[in-house]
Amino acid sequence: MADDIKLLSAQLAQDPHSLVFVRLGELLRQKRQFDLAQRVATNGLERHPHLADAHDLLARIQADRHDYEHAFDEWDMTLRIAPRHTGALKGLAFLYFKVGDLAQAESHLREAKKIDPDDPAVDQALAMVRGGVPAGERPSTEVVPVSPEVAEPIPEERVFAGLEGAQEGLLLLDAAGQVLGGALRSADGRDATQAVAAYLAGVSQEAGRTAKLLGLGGWVGLSAEGPRGNVHLTPPTNDALLLVVRDRSVPMGRLAVIAQRASLIARRWLEQQA
Amino acid sequence: MSAHGYEAALHGITGVRGVRGAMVVTGADGLVVAESLMEGIKGTAVAALAASLATRLGRAMEAGGVGSDVFWHLQAERGALLVVPARSGMLIVAVADPGVNAGLVRLELLRAAESVA
Repeated sequence: MADDIKLLSAQLAQDPHSLVFVRLGELLRQKRQFDLAQRVATNGLERHPHLADAHDLLARIQADRHDYEHAFDEWDMTLRIAPRHTGALKGLAFLYFKVGDLAQAESHLREAKKIDPDDPAVDQALAMVRGGVPAGERPSTEVVPVSPEVAEPIPEERVFAGLEGAQEGLLLLDAAGQVLGGALRSADGRDATQAVAAYLAGVSQEAGRTAKLLGLGGWVGLSAEGPRGNVHLTPPTNDALLLVVRDRSVPMGRLAVIAQRASLIARRWLEQQA
Repeated sequence: MSAHGYEAALHGITGVRGVRGAMVVTGADGLVVAESLMEGIKGTAVAALAASLATRLGRAMEAGGVGSDVFWHLQAERGALLVVPARSGMLIVAVADPGVNAGLVRLELLRAAESVA
């Protein structure tokens, strides 16, 4: 199965519009790699939004993850596109059975049997439904309340006072992507501070998660080259992130040195604020 | 290119001292297309995390006006992840020891990216 997954992944990489994503997603689902399977199905649906089998695949993945509400929506969509889709009929029957609506479950299974009278799975499911064993497990509708509290930006504009590029290529953020100090301007003079800050919070979290999950320990820095500049990210403390951006004339090694110096200053400043 | 072709593209990277493994990964999905990894490294996890980080980093760099990344290097206490995106949208990924010659790995990654582009 692993070889099939690699083969199909290669085919999909070569032709992102290929329909092999349905088989690939199904294989990943069977291997219980649900995150990957869902990503494959979702990306496939972006390219083929009217493909019933793709909606059916996504529904099965969501059902396996006990995300029954979204699974219901996807199977419902499958039937809107292909009213005789037995996979969706069986899927919806399963969901009705789960919530104890045996009449609806049986109705969907009878419809599936009309379309595919030789499917033994339908007969088994009908026997179970007629036996009247309600599963009773209802999907959770609990919503996690969102805190209205938003971190107040610290009114200090001179974290990097005296450092080169303090107001155009140095940025200090908290863990939520709020700017603590510095500023960033793109090559055309545009103020890019807020936009970059918003994206960088995600980068920091993902860098930490990546290093940790790969057994690499804590992350200490992230350097990146772009066609119009180089960047270096470093966490001066666990709750802060420092970005240094320079044009390509500043080599990556020197950029790391500038970042280390700025990080030290930022750490001292953060300690003073605590 | 076949799966074997992708694997061949990784040989130069894994030949660098201190490299624990290399992979070709789809940038959009984080799927493993080819891999050459030392035992104990979870390829699917590396692929998914590298793709996710690449996407987020790319957005930040675009917003900052420096353009899409051509090479990135995540340094951690006990190792490093080095990545070059190929023109085809695939990512060439290396997992390495902390003291690896990053410049040499970068060259091999760029070479591999050219061959799979």
